[in-house]
Amino acid sequence: MRIESGSRWGEWAQWGVAFLLFAVVPISGKRYLVNMGNEILVMGLFAMGFNLLYGVTGMLSFGQAAYYGIGAYTVGLLLSRGVVPFWVALPATMAAGGVLALVLGPLCIRLSGVYFTMLTLAFAEMVWGIVFKWYDFTGGDNGIQGIPTADVIHDPLRYYYFTMAVVFLSFWLIRRIVESPFGAVLKSIRENPERTGFLGVKVRRYELAAMVLSGVFAALAGGLFAGYQHSIHPDMLHWTKSGEVILMTLLGGVSSFFGPLMGAAVIIFIEDMIGKYTEFWEIWIGGIMLAIVIFFPRGVIGTIDTWIKRWRSHGNHAGDATHP
Amino acid sequence: MTLFLTASGLTLIFGVVNVFNFAHGSFYLLGAYFAYQAVAVSGVGFWAGVALAALGAGAAGAMMEYVFLRRIYGRSGEAGMQILLTYSFILILDDVVKMTWGTDYKSIARPEALAGPFSIGEITIPRYDVMVIAVGLAVALGMWGVIRKTGFGRNLRAISANRDMASALGVNVPLNLSAVFGLATALGGLSGALSAPVRTVTPGAGIEVIIGSLIVVVIGGLGNFWGALVGAVIIGEATAFGILFLPQWAILFSYAVMALVLIFRPEGLLMKQGVATR
Repeated sequence: MRIESGSRWGEWAQWGVAFLLFAVVPISGKRYLVNMGNEILVMGLFAMGFNLLYGVTGMLSFGQAAYYGIGAYTVGLLLSRGVVPFWVALPATMAAGGVLALVLGPLCIRLSGVYFTMLTLAFAEMVWGIVFKWYDFTGGDNGIQGIPTADVIHDPLRYYYFTMAVVFLSFWLIRRIVESPFGAVLKSIRENPERTGFLGVKVRRYELAAMVLSGVFAALAGGLFAGYQHSIHPDMLHWTKSGEVILMTLLGGVSSFFGPLMGAAVIIFIEDMIGKYTEFWEIWIGGIMLAIVIFFPRGVIGTIDTWIKRWRSHGNHAGDATHP
Repeated sequence: MTLFLTASGLTLIFGVVNVFNFAHGSFYLLGAYFAYQAVAVSGVGFWAGVALAALGAGAAGAMMEYVFLRRIYGRSGEAGMQILLTYSFILILDDVVKMTWGTDYKSIARPEALAGPFSIGEITIPRYDVMVIAVGLAVALGMWGVIRKTGFGRNLRAISANRDMASALGVNVPLNLSAVFGLATALGGLSGALSAPVRTVTPGAGIEVIIGSLIVVVIGGLGNFWGALVGAVIIGEATAFGILFLPQWAILFSYAVMALVLIFRPEGLLMKQGVATR
């Protein structure tokens, strides 16, 4: 599990391809493609933020849905009551996600491994339970409908491009974080928390920072989603959502920067395509996932990377007669 | 007590196979539907139906281990792979159940002998519940006997302590792992079958069950068999008190208990004096 910084060209190409793909989606003129693109962007951001915690720092959280949901409910509650305009509510999601992580994080990072995972799950389920049951405040299992956004981006197409801008800006930020000295410390915590501690690094402080950053991006994703759909539901906080984002990240590959985005795209695409023909799309997701775990354990991008490397090294040895 | 039955299977798998079986709730679900199929559709007797359901779920579990899970043992990043693989089985089994039996609520009748109430002095409880508690205790004792007193149990303890060493000493590790997976998922299936007359059977129940037994297992200590029993009792009581005093927030109680245990005794309540699998 390494975030590999490949050649500069390769990286620019990845950014370019990703950017172009999302930029041309609306030209098709098909509304469902725009919806799908928007969902991929939002879940991609959610998954990339999660990977900051899992792929980079090595902490498997099963409670990320709590941050995603908090973001969505921050936008939903603030806007449906007309407390503040959209341009204040959206940044407020990041504050909400950060604060939640600051509250839950210190409790969770006392533990490591499976216990850390379980504790994040337990706290996330508690948050879900509160949102689900607190009818007077959150609307309970009715959720919140008719959430307004700012007039400038009320049009779905404009909102799509707005989402794209925010998401790509966040990707750039995440890239900066991963490549910074701070990111290097996170990676060394993943490889060996004990030795990192011996070097004089306050490991827990860095782990908490990773949780906060990851929570901030998840909440931002939730807020963006609430603004696009105009309606939210407690299911956004359910543990299956946390499972989904783990799935996307692992599927795309934790070791490549755009892996989680790729995983999000694959999962959402499959859900959509198969959902049209049969109501039993879960079994397909499950089957594909099973095949990937057994045959392509490095995720989609990871596996393609391996193929490319093998093909290149094969090419280099083409004239070598002694090569088997 | 059904909580204990499911959780004991989960903890057994964690203790011996060192796998966190996220799909455990789905075997509970399979057990419930197998029992429905056997009792309500095919019309075999209640007890035969329950036994068949446990056997069926166990066979499915052993197959999952034999065909899929064993391919990923020892891989780098195994924990993530385990979660992914068992999670994929939640999705697959959920849909298999929906395809086979539809999404309607299903239920089976309690056997007549167990339909009435049972009284001790002034306390009255349904006879069926008494039976479930008895079965649970019998399973707990039986499992204790198997693990402590039989050759199979000795192998399991050896594998749990050091898999490579057990293998070097001639224990057939892969076979034992499949067997323990089958046994544990059979417990899950038994639990589902016994719950079928009490709660209605629906697809999606598996997900509630896995969270519930997860909490129980974590409270008792992962891999600790008696811990599962203690954890189940604590969670049962906590939920009952929750329903009594704060019905709206009852579901939060078990999470609160789990969070408290994890903060103060992260290894689980019974981990030090664990007797069963460790």
